[in-house]
Amino acid sequence: MRPKKAKKIVFKSAEEMPLMICSVGDQTHNLTGAWRNIRPEIDRTNCIQCGICWKFCPEPSIDVVDEWPVVDYDYCKGCGICAEECPQKCIVMVEERK
Amino acid sequence: MKKVIMGNHALSYGAKLSRAQVISAYPITPQTQVVELLSEMCADGSLDAQFIKVESEHSAMASCIGASVAGARAFTATSSQGLALMHEMLHWAAGGRHPIVMGDINRSMAPGWSIWTDQNDTLSQRDTGWMQFYCASNQEVVDTVIQAFKVAETLMIPVMVILDAFALSHTYEVVDVPDQALVDRYLPPFKPAIKLTPADPRAFGGLTGAEHYMELRYRLQTDMEKAPALIEETGREYEKLFGRNLGLVDPYRCDDADFIFVTSGTAGYTARAAVDDLRASGVKAGNLRIKVFRPFPFDRVREVLAKVGKAAVVDRNCSYGAGGIFYQEVKSAVYGRPGMPALFGYIAGLGGRDITTDSFKEIAADALAKDRPEEEIVWIGVKK
Repeated sequence: MRPKKAKKIVFKSAEEMPLMICSVGDQTHNLTGAWRNIRPEIDRTNCIQCGICWKFCPEPSIDVVDEWPVVDYDYCKGCGICAEECPQKCIVMVEERK
Repeated sequence: MKKVIMGNHALSYGAKLSRAQVISAYPITPQTQVVELLSEMCADGSLDAQFIKVESEHSAMASCIGASVAGARAFTATSSQGLALMHEMLHWAAGGRHPIVMGDINRSMAPGWSIWTDQNDTLSQRDTGWMQFYCASNQEVVDTVIQAFKVAETLMIPVMVILDAFALSHTYEVVDVPDQALVDRYLPPFKPAIKLTPADPRAFGGLTGAEHYMELRYRLQTDMEKAPALIEETGREYEKLFGRNLGLVDPYRCDDADFIFVTSGTAGYTARAAVDDLRASGVKAGNLRIKVFRPFPFDRVREVLAKVGKAAVVDRNCSYGAGGIFYQEVKSAVYGRPGMPALFGYIAGLGGRDITTDSFKEIAADALAKDRPEEEIVWIGVKK
């Protein structure tokens, strides 16, 4: 799993900001998982550990932990590409109830 | 060294002497010779620059932005429809604070399809955050390009150097082409504080939330407010090395004038001839040529206009539904200030129609016959 230590940088004055619009830190504080309406759930019963979900995830929000795919729900936006591409159809998209 | 060159080549020599490192351009009449000569300079090795051939003006400006963010001094030139196609990238260049210098040849916007001059192409880009310098002679063009890089790179704001189509772009004049060693002394190499480099990897131009965007725009405006003083300071510095001052405005016989033409571009020099004629017939006329339109030289315009009772702003452009654009701006500069003249607005010379000394005499006769302006626009030379 990736570190999520970065804090959001908010400048206090115009003068302390860099003149050119450029990155000054990373965006790991921005938990884009909050955008998700449907969540992927992986059923390991039929999973063949092929890594296709990991490869196709555009975020990327699927990590491989001990050779198993694990969804990082802090950043997964619920696009469903993993479920679509899974050759074993062992990923299902489940409606979020928050 | 003195050379007889066309206005377009004056832009090329300006870019060469400024040691532009990347030139990216797409040809368009009446700008073509600017980049044609620069491509020859790159090919024969007299200019050590990368010449990028692109498929559109949008890409020309996009690649200049890329070059600038990587720390290169970038130059391009365009005109009219090409400038309009760049519009999105003009915001990127100014908003991203990339100090590109671009020549624009003022050509009327189509339709009707036209290659002749008026200012609606550049004035349509007024609010993109670029500085705009309107030139009136080939000498001023060479000098202004060199100064433009210095001003742009000091403030990190891009500059357009603007020439009237044909009246300036294709007119040959004697130009004192500055000495390279002196230009090098005036204009040091471009060294931005932040640039795109693997040694310090960054993303540029990214998402900016409401907590920061306004501060970036505040700084663009407050840096623009520093530009008038910087333009005058760098103009005086230029005079010390090259003998020619480069200011915000160019007043002619204004000190003892009763009546002033306010002009821009080559019409300003025609106005000078009309001023001499009018003075010979007893009218104490003067001409205030506004060279720098953005930042608008509020103080200099007020200083000159405070001396006269009447002034006629002559626009080679029109903001449809409002009127002459310089007229609007000059009015806003004097609004609410005591001792300012009655301002009369005239539109002349659209689509390359000549503005002659007779046009100025017609304008003077109209303004001098009235106490106050009676209409928002008086059209000169139109077949009503």
